[in-house]
Amino acid sequence: MHATYGKGLRTLSIATVAATALALSLVFFYAPLDADQGFIQKIFYLHVPLATMALVGFMIGGVYGILHLRSGDARHDMRSYVAIHMSVIFGVGVLITGAIWAKASWGHWWVWDEPTLVSFLIVFLLYATYYPFRYAIEDRDRQARYASVFAVTAGAFVPLNFLAVRLAESLVHPRTFATAEGGLPGEMWLTFLVSLAAMALLWTTLFKFEMTAKNASAQLSRLRRALDRGAGSSSARIAPGVATRPD
Amino acid sequence: MTPWTASFTAILGKDLRSELRTMRSLPAMVLFAVTAFVIFRFGLDRTALSGSLASGVLWATLLFAAILGINRLFVAERDEGGFEAIRLAPIDRTSLLAAKSAALLVYLLALEAVTVPVFALFFLDSAAALGPLCAVLLLADLGLAATGALVSSMAVNSRARDLLVPLLLLPLVVPLMIAATGASEPLLEAGGPAYDRFGTWLAVLALYDLVFLLVGYAVFDFLLED
Repeated sequence: MHATYGKGLRTLSIATVAATALALSLVFFYAPLDADQGFIQKIFYLHVPLATMALVGFMIGGVYGILHLRSGDARHDMRSYVAIHMSVIFGVGVLITGAIWAKASWGHWWVWDEPTLVSFLIVFLLYATYYPFRYAIEDRDRQARYASVFAVTAGAFVPLNFLAVRLAESLVHPRTFATAEGGLPGEMWLTFLVSLAAMALLWTTLFKFEMTAKNASAQLSRLRRALDRGAGSSSARIAPGVATRPD
Repeated sequence: MTPWTASFTAILGKDLRSELRTMRSLPAMVLFAVTAFVIFRFGLDRTALSGSLASGVLWATLLFAAILGINRLFVAERDEGGFEAIRLAPIDRTSLLAAKSAALLVYLLALEAVTVPVFALFFLDSAAALGPLCAVLLLADLGLAATGALVSSMAVNSRARDLLVPLLLLPLVVPLMIAATGASEPLLEAGGPAYDRFGTWLAVLALYDLVFLLVGYAVFDFLLED
């Protein structure tokens, strides 16, 4: 029974550790130092994959939201919740690493003229309201449905927000990093792609861990309820449909 | 008249009639906006505003006044059993969202018909900007009405309704506010209206309206299910 929960989790964890180790060694020993920015540029290999995975995770949350609304399957809602939850945690990392980078390269912790920073902050603030919204609704089914509606709406909002913020700033203020991506040498590209893959693996592993924990605690409370019922009504049998429900 | 337009006009007519009789939202919105302008007048200690300051004061005030109306948009449906009636009736449920958005649009237009002249009287040297400002107001109102009705219907069935509406709505309307202030800022410049990137901003506003009208249309059914 317990095997169905963490299926593939060990392999996934080992792959994540290996990929992260590879990415870090590439970052520190293989990728060349940036001519302009020097050592601090290496935070790029952490910051950009974090941001990419956070945004992709929000999108995944939206897709699971659509699946949940179409099928009514509560497990899709759980996945949507966990995807958004993981991405919000990643989002905190993005804001912190971004601030460190901004301090080192522009001299300020936060630069309001940089459209990517501002749009990410707005997206982060929107998704931060997911928790108070979700837990303000008591009824379980309604909570799941409304949370999915939120996930879909916010998913549509993400690209629109990036468009509006970029328009607001780009013509007034030239983009400082407009050429950073285009002029990247091959070693940096390789390091970046490995870092991105490692980050994607990390996100997936954390997602699976959280799903496993959620499923296990749901199963535990189901069994507890079944036991309580059994103790109350003299029949100590656990209803088979309750106990053997697969992941 | 198709069944959809029939239910749409019936719900919209009901909402406007009940607002006319009870005056639950509009007077509060207008009063709030005018009072906020007075506060800005003394808080900023200026007799005339222009450019970004003027458009910031105008849009921040209009947005917060709109939140007052959005908070109350679905309260009557929940308290008086309107949701149950809609669920029982053999009609397309999106007509409820469309009617609520239209009602909110009417409230916003009525709000602006009163408060924008007051704003011009308090802070502007000339009324030349008001003409082109109408286009910005109309497109921004459409977006606010679409997002507002959706957020209001999401929040009305939760425990912390009054708290959740601003919490959900404010980040969602940031792109709308960026575009609206971006379009109004050159219009309200001291030397008379300029049209710096006016068309781009109107296009962003229209895109925002379209996206949120479609999102609302796609997800609203699930908010009424029970």
